Amino acid sequence: MSSSLSLGQLVAARRTIVCCGSGGVGKTTTAAVVALQAAQLGRRTVVVTIDPAKRLADALGLAGLTGEPSRIDGDWPGELWALMLDPKSTFDALVAKHATDAAQTERILANRFYRNISEALSGTQEYMAMEKLYELHEDSDYDLVVVDTPPTRHALDFLDAPRRLSRFLEHRLFRVLVAPRSGLVKAVNVAAQTFLRSVSRVVGGDVIDDALAFFQAFEGMEEGFRERADKVNELLAAPETAFLLVASPRRDTLHEAQYFADRLQEAGIPVQGLVVNRVHPSFGDALPEATRARAATLDGSDLGSLYANLADFQTMAAREREHLAGLAAAIGSAPMALVPFLSDDVHDIPGMAEVARHLFAQQEVSSS
Amino acid sequence: MDPAGFFTASRLVIVAGKGGVGKTTVSAALARAAALVGLSTLVVEVEGRSGLPAMFGQPDLGYDEIVLAAADPSAGVAAVRARTITPDEALLEYLREHGLSRISKRLVASGALDVVATAAPGIKDILLLGKVKQLERSGTADLVVLDAPAAGHAVTFLQSARGLLDAVRVGPINTQARDVLDLLEDHARCQVVLVTLPEETPVNEAVDTGFLLEDRVGVNLGPIVVNGLYPELAGIGADPAKAAAAAGTALRSGEASLLASAADFRRRRTALQDEQVARLAEQLPLPQLRLPFMFTAAIGPDEVDVLAGELLADIEALTELPT
Repeated sequence: MSSSLSLGQLVAARRTIVCCGSGGVGKTTTAAVVALQAAQLGRRTVVVTIDPAKRLADALGLAGLTGEPSRIDGDWPGELWALMLDPKSTFDALVAKHATDAAQTERILANRFYRNISEALSGTQEYMAMEKLYELHEDSDYDLVVVDTPPTRHALDFLDAPRRLSRFLEHRLFRVLVAPRSGLVKAVNVAAQTFLRSVSRVVGGDVIDDALAFFQAFEGMEEGFRERADKVNELLAAPETAFLLVASPRRDTLHEAQYFADRLQEAGIPVQGLVVNRVHPSFGDALPEATRARAATLDGSDLGSLYANLADFQTMAAREREHLAGLAAAIGSAPMALVPFLSDDVHDIPGMAEVARHLFAQQEVSSS
Repeated sequence: MDPAGFFTASRLVIVAGKGGVGKTTVSAALARAAALVGLSTLVVEVEGRSGLPAMFGQPDLGYDEIVLAAADPSAGVAAVRARTITPDEALLEYLREHGLSRISKRLVASGALDVVATAAPGIKDILLLGKVKQLERSGTADLVVLDAPAAGHAVTFLQSARGLLDAVRVGPINTQARDVLDLLEDHARCQVVLVTLPEETPVNEAVDTGFLLEDRVGVNLGPIVVNGLYPELAGIGADPAKAAAAAGTALRSGEASLLASAADFRRRRTALQDEQVARLAEQLPLPQLRLPFMFTAAIGPDEVDVLAGELLADIEALTELPT
């Protein structure tokens, strides 16, 4: 493995940056700050966000985002574009791209089962995020694509999602049902029919009919979907792509982050940077226990309260450092940036610039 | 109001909130609080890999119940138990109970459940909620606390029953959806406790979720839990040098500025928190239960007890039944 780049160097050099981590750790803000920094470096950057709470829109002071990139004006040499992922329209476009003709596209788009997929099939949202990433990556208008990832129930769903969707579309059960009825296939078909009849007793016949109609309409497109999924996966593993792991210093989110790091490593995609948000500031290097003891002897006085407060924050800092040490080991030589608990919520460009100062501190030091 | 009365107002409490707000911590504290006033409590967790058992110093959860905190009858304390429910396991159990065990294994193993779940969105949520309903009905505990999924919206999860009634018009799943909807709409059986942090985005989301849950699902919203408030510490506004003089002691070099900057940090964050708590009260007319920030990076049994105590004190201070 080549020697690690600093976060600033990653932002300057990579073509794709994926921000991943569990929910509520500031992934969206981090993605926006990374994109802003790239624009500051003169790059044409687009950031894709997924979160339905429109947090990026908050962070950028935008009223709302659409499925298409919209440009954010500001005082930077590059360009900053942002968009909110619309899984449905992304999927529609993908169907239109792979369909043999307009009639097939229409048949699929009108199918109730298809309409449910973007909502209900686990992994579809993740796949569409990666699909959008691929699409923007292919677009020569951008030098860098930054993606925020959905707050998934199961970490790294987006790595498996493209293949999972093609597996789903090639589901054996339904393939058998829509296949020509002859010989052995026919025998299998009878067994499958019996099975489906049982299923429809539980969920109702309409549901099965919708599903069958969908798989029939989808015939012939699986190949195209599979190839596309492979390309998306290649992009994720490409050297021009960097995964940034975002976490907060709480034990539970760090466990989750550790799990992410391990899974990425297994997939041959080492984490290239770790961003830890909401780190408590550290005040001095005294042992919290000593400060606490001092507070106890002064209990009831103002000075006692001042020491008690200092002990509270020294305790937090010590525990957080302890929890972070394990994760730091898991990411090897990749850079780690600590973003302190800021005194204001980040909801505008100046707020993002303050986060950027913490994220890219290394770079600032070397360039000033 | 009387905490026992509060916890028996409905047998099911659904704890909902976005990721990172401390939903699981609040579930643990609510369960322990109920147990401390003598109500046996079962926490149901639906996501796997939850931090819940660690908060009670216990190993990971499975489909079978475990005891998180033992009962102490002499002190009038009941047990807190917990279990996980997954859609696949809930489906298998459901099919077995409905005489369909023959197809059940194949339905799960073949991946057909994914196909069915796509055809009828919400079916996995219904299987989970259906199982929760069964636990609520069975009387296995005085109180069932459901730690709702963090990913996605609580609204989608709780709306699944209504959505499914349109998609599946007959059969056992339809019946199940109807039963779940009855449970959610029955204020005597179920209430939803929202959890949020005293920060801008979490407050916005809590307000949105609160209104959506009332309008679209028709659930009874209980008090909202505001988690992570810095406890008040009187006297930290004082100048360290003067405070030292008043206490008749001296500060080491550099200590005055450390004490001052730490105090300043807390005061600024406290002011921001107060602002958000006030905004929440203004925009979402629900009684608030406030939990202190725990100055530890991990929640263990001691912290859960502190939080449970805070909840009990806040509940006692509530004047009216949240309806």
